[in-house]
Amino acid sequence: MNIIDKLELEQIKKDIPRFKAGDTLKIHVKISEGDKQRIQIYQGVCIKRVNRGLGSSYTVRKMSGSIGVERIFPLHSPSVDKIEVVRVGQVRRAKLYYLRNLRGKAARISEKRMV
Amino acid sequence: MINGLLGKKIGMSQVFAADGQRIPVTVLEAGPCTVLQMKTIATDGYEAAQVGFVEKESRRINKPEMGHFKKAGKGAFAFVREFNALGDCAVGDQFSCDMFKPGDRIDVTGTSKGKGFQGVIKRWGFSGGRATHGSMFKRRPGAIGQSASPSKVVKGKKMPGQMGNERVTTQNLIVVEVRPEQNLILVRGAIPGPKNGLVEIRQGIKA
Repeated sequence: MNIIDKLELEQIKKDIPRFKAGDTLKIHVKISEGDKQRIQIYQGVCIKRVNRGLGSSYTVRKMSGSIGVERIFPLHSPSVDKIEVVRVGQVRRAKLYYLRNLRGKAARISEKRMV
Repeated sequence: MINGLLGKKIGMSQVFAADGQRIPVTVLEAGPCTVLQMKTIATDGYEAAQVGFVEKESRRINKPEMGHFKKAGKGAFAFVREFNALGDCAVGDQFSCDMFKPGDRIDVTGTSKGKGFQGVIKRWGFSGGRATHGSMFKRRPGAIGQSASPSKVVKGKKMPGQMGNERVTTQNLIVVEVRPEQNLILVRGAIPGPKNGLVEIRQGIKA
């Protein structure tokens, strides 16, 4: 195993739940204000996953009022405390860019039926 | 103490800072370097410490090299370079990457990747001419000077030629992490040269 792989393996998180584009996630983000640290929850639909080892990331989209907000989180970021999968969505794409053009009822994603 | 080390570029990666920011880093395998000879003003006209890096196979050493390495008696080395000696430093001393600590500013010198003989667009970033409508001036450099006065091309005029494969120093790089047990230094940003290329790591002169 080469040196770079070893170095990256050290930083890779092992407790990441399985989730895909279309799933609704609750991201527990660590926020430090001065010397105090608190946790803020960001909830939305995962519209994209990028798999690139330590450089992996995912994008979570939510509607804040009438404005769409998208945040890109590095998958192995130490500032993300926990990822919770709230709802598993049934989608037919890996990247849900089409959600950006949809509003309200049309932007819903049906829940995946577990057998 | 000497003012630098020899190392090998391993490649690039990233580390996360405490606040979650990604930092791009170049991983360098630095040292250990052994002092082979002390150059002095009396004998050589200047002061320096000659150091060796990476063990060399015995069948690869020629006789003049063998004689030189025998004087130090610390084995043979593939790469031999000189650094400034700071304070006490004697033949046989070994220096490793623990001479650097996170937050230090360093200068790294390497041999840049060779690009061969290149034109002015790649080599100097000229914009070139238009590509279509019968253009006969696609990637040409244009005029290189005036007429009878001065009737010469100014020195240093940017023209086509060899690009890369030259000695390049990147100054003021920040040390992100040092791992003495693995002989590794993680440096923020890019460093000249290919992977596995020899680099000279020196204390930053602007630090």
